[in-house]
Amino acid sequence: MDTIERIKEQISENTILLYMKGSPKLPSCGFSSQASQALISCEEKFAYVDILQNPDIRAELPKYADWPTFPQLWVDGELVGGCDIIMEMFQQGELQTLIKEAAAKSAAAEG
Amino acid sequence: MSVAVTVKEAIEQKLLAAFEPMHCEVINESNNHNVPPGSESHFKVVIVAKAFEGERLIKRHRLVNGALAEELAEKIHALAIHTYTEQEWQAQFGNVPTSPNCLGGSK
Repeated sequence: MDTIERIKEQISENTILLYMKGSPKLPSCGFSSQASQALISCEEKFAYVDILQNPDIRAELPKYADWPTFPQLWVDGELVGGCDIIMEMFQQGELQTLIKEAAAKSAAAEG
Repeated sequence: MSVAVTVKEAIEQKLLAAFEPMHCEVINESNNHNVPPGSESHFKVVIVAKAFEGERLIKRHRLVNGALAEELAEKIHALAIHTYTEQEWQAQFGNVPTSPNCLGGSK
């Protein structure tokens, strides 16, 4: 499968998905660390892809997403944003709402 | 002869041209990261502009990324973006107080 197909599959199969450097437990970048901490605080399950382990995704995703940097948070198949957007939404309480609603919707769909 | 500009200056010039901002700050944060001294790799920009009115954060950041596409592709490793409309800026940070006028006390 080519890289873009893999990216599309990951985005469609995971309601809440974070592309980051490292893992939430061992992030390799301060921005990825902040973003994953905010997501963990939302207390819903989320998937992540370590782009340092996937150089092909690291190279292709910015073009596909039209977004130049990492981390990238995807919810319900749409790019929400990078670290600054995640943190600003978290501070306003908007991220928690978005994540909770997405998780509830996905649980209902799996029903 | 062309004038060599720093990455910071190039970012400032492009943001000023693209947004005609009410307020614009470009901060080189490279010192906070694992790069050689004097690097221009990690930046933070704070922009207050009319262009952001009525736009969601993702759209605002796309506008900034678009204005700096060349720098992002070639020079910048990390870019923190903080965008505000005039109203949001004042609500968040208030008006910066003006200093009082001189009353002649230095004589």
